[in-house]
Amino acid sequence: MNSILDVEEQILIKPGTAPKAPAKEPGKLSGSQAVLEAFIAEGVDTIFGYPGGAIMPIYDALYDYSKKLQHILVRHEQGGIHAAQGFARASGRVGVVFATSGPGATNLVTGLADAMIDSTPLVCITGQVYAHLLGTDAFQEVDVINITTPITKWNYQVTDAAEIPSVMAKAFHIAKTGRPGPVLIDITKNAQLDKFVYEGYKRCDHIRSYRPKPVVRKEYIEEAAKLINEAKKPFILWGQGVILGKAEKEFKAFIEKSGIPAAWTILGASAIPTDHPLNVGMLGMHGNYGPNVLTNDCDVLIAIGMRFDDRVTGRLDKYAKQAKVIHLDIDPSEIDKNVKATVGIWGDCKETLPILTQLIQAKQHPEWLKRFNEHKQIEEETVIRKELNPEGEKLTMGEVINVINQLTGGNAIMVTDVGQHQMVTCRYAKFNQSKSNITSGGAGTMGFGLPAAIGAKFGAPERTVIAIIGDGGIQMTIQELGTIMQTEVNVKIVILNNEFLGMVRQWQQLFHDKRYSFVDIASPDYIMVAKGYGVEGQKISARPDLQNAIKTMLEHNGSYLLEVMVGKEDNVFPMVPQGCSVSEIRLS
Amino acid sequence: MQNQEFTFTIYSENQVGLLVRIAIIFSRRKINIESFNVSPSEIESISRFTIVIHETEEVVKKVARQIEKQVEVLKVYYNTNDEIVWQELAMYKVSTDQIAEKVQVERLLRQYGARAVVIRKDYTVFEASGHREETDKLIDFLSPYGLIEFVRSARVAIIKASSGFHEKLKEFEEAQPGEEAVENEYLNKQEEVFSM
Repeated sequence: MNSILDVEEQILIKPGTAPKAPAKEPGKLSGSQAVLEAFIAEGVDTIFGYPGGAIMPIYDALYDYSKKLQHILVRHEQGGIHAAQGFARASGRVGVVFATSGPGATNLVTGLADAMIDSTPLVCITGQVYAHLLGTDAFQEVDVINITTPITKWNYQVTDAAEIPSVMAKAFHIAKTGRPGPVLIDITKNAQLDKFVYEGYKRCDHIRSYRPKPVVRKEYIEEAAKLINEAKKPFILWGQGVILGKAEKEFKAFIEKSGIPAAWTILGASAIPTDHPLNVGMLGMHGNYGPNVLTNDCDVLIAIGMRFDDRVTGRLDKYAKQAKVIHLDIDPSEIDKNVKATVGIWGDCKETLPILTQLIQAKQHPEWLKRFNEHKQIEEETVIRKELNPEGEKLTMGEVINVINQLTGGNAIMVTDVGQHQMVTCRYAKFNQSKSNITSGGAGTMGFGLPAAIGAKFGAPERTVIAIIGDGGIQMTIQELGTIMQTEVNVKIVILNNEFLGMVRQWQQLFHDKRYSFVDIASPDYIMVAKGYGVEGQKISARPDLQNAIKTMLEHNGSYLLEVMVGKEDNVFPMVPQGCSVSEIRLS
Repeated sequence: MQNQEFTFTIYSENQVGLLVRIAIIFSRRKINIESFNVSPSEIESISRFTIVIHETEEVVKKVARQIEKQVEVLKVYYNTNDEIVWQELAMYKVSTDQIAEKVQVERLLRQYGARAVVIRKDYTVFEASGHREETDKLIDFLSPYGLIEFVRSARVAIIKASSGFHEKLKEFEEAQPGEEAVENEYLNKQEEVFSM
């Protein structure tokens, strides 16, 4: 993969014509240099990538820019794009990726799909074969534009170097404005090499066909305020829109004035602190008991920057049918997509929330809030206590997270992979500040955790980054230990090993008569693997070792891998079984 | 809600790849496209799509929003058949001998609003425009007389309730001129280009 065979081959065909060094003529830049100049102008300082034949001119130019642009050499392009996602989610900035043509580009596909559904701003640059070779089945030629069209917010193929400055400017503008998303720019090799008269870089702030923010219509906000003011049992659901819109303060002001209990989707987690008195917990399939049950009891449901994913709503025809629904979103196509809104408020919640806050009466809903606390008590007694203070011999995932909470004080960035450990982490991790829960939500991409944690650390170097990963997911991108080794990035890795593909096993147990079909996954000696990569680690399975092991991990100077053996057949509860209503949530 | 015919009218930039971006919004949902037309509007840099599908209004509305969300799409409308005036163009190639012998050409032209485009010794090409049923009828009529080839265009439609589209487009283009689509200049230059 990513061989430079094409270079040698073509030199053989035309001997004696040595490739020219990219000399800098006055006023002229190569396409490759223009790409890097664009990065600098856009404030990029970190790139995740992997070189190869068709992107070699850009890497050649990068050699001269290595003081201004830090390039992180990953071990697989999928690792590169997940790292860029982690970077973007932890920093609130645009993640940048390099990959070569063909397999390099196709390896980005999972990450693009993930970033698309989770609205993560990325600019991915892929190399492409020479423009004259397009469509000839040239070496490492893949039609990456058409492969990535449904999973990019925008993509574009550059065949002429002179297009690069304006295309790069558009790419960054599109990636980060409105509802953010991934952008892919495919640049043919000739366009990377060719020189053109460079007239400087002009940032893009307007594209005539693109309306990143819908016009805010105050009459709808007034209508919403009226519903809220009349409500007896109002309930707020918030999603990642609050974090992406950098509207945490505006959101907090809104809930505090309205006194309305608020619950979060897993991508919205951490927008307000876990222990905020109006934060009533997590929504969805493995969310908290109260928020799920009371969704079907509230009279006004206020959804902010979330998209009513099926994992949040359960069965739609039995979802909040009694409630009037107010839906705020920056993306008009989300309003009425899954849940019909009584009042839809298009717009950036950073703008709409303050208007709404001003129009509502300051209130408190003690009786209504008490209902949430009652449900919390039930969940505490039937689920949470068993998970956090288990009586059994085996460790539970929840108690591991609980000890991490105690030792970090809720100040770490928690990055998870996908599965049971993800749900447990989202349920029990404590968050004091925003952008602290980085997880693959909409796509559910196993293998996301380790590379995303690496990226998160580069995006927020001052913070402790803890990756919680299952024994399935870790084996999907374990090669990124190589990236950790080489960059010496400080990431704490916790493998919660239940010797099963636990979430699938849980479903097989509950819905497929315990027919455990191909879920008994074997693990290597992770500690030995980590050692091979120069990463310290240890494996524990006994409760008395837990506290010290996590302490050792957190205090260790550099990356650390802690493998915790947990109960093999533990299940995540509560659970809304598929096809059931949120109020039919099971506690066991 | 009933399935019925809906016609999308989409104004967009004229850019390589946008057609695919729009088409896959339908195919992702396994919606069959009955008819698909795209050509420049009266403003060169702006394309106009006319797409016909069979669906419920609920689905059509959501699809329209997904299309409008695309960066290079300017505006999307959807209409039922009673909200638009539409035509399809059809061409019929028939043997001149047969047609001259057996058909009253004049009657044919008048009855079906057809027009002879080319008349040669060996064949004649007629053209007719109208709704699907109308152009279908002419096929039925000509088939016994040796229809050699038939082709039909996609639907084009005018929205009855539209007002000021032309002026708005002109103003829009004047205020913010569009960019020309960049094409690959090198496709035919394989021999000339040295590639390392």
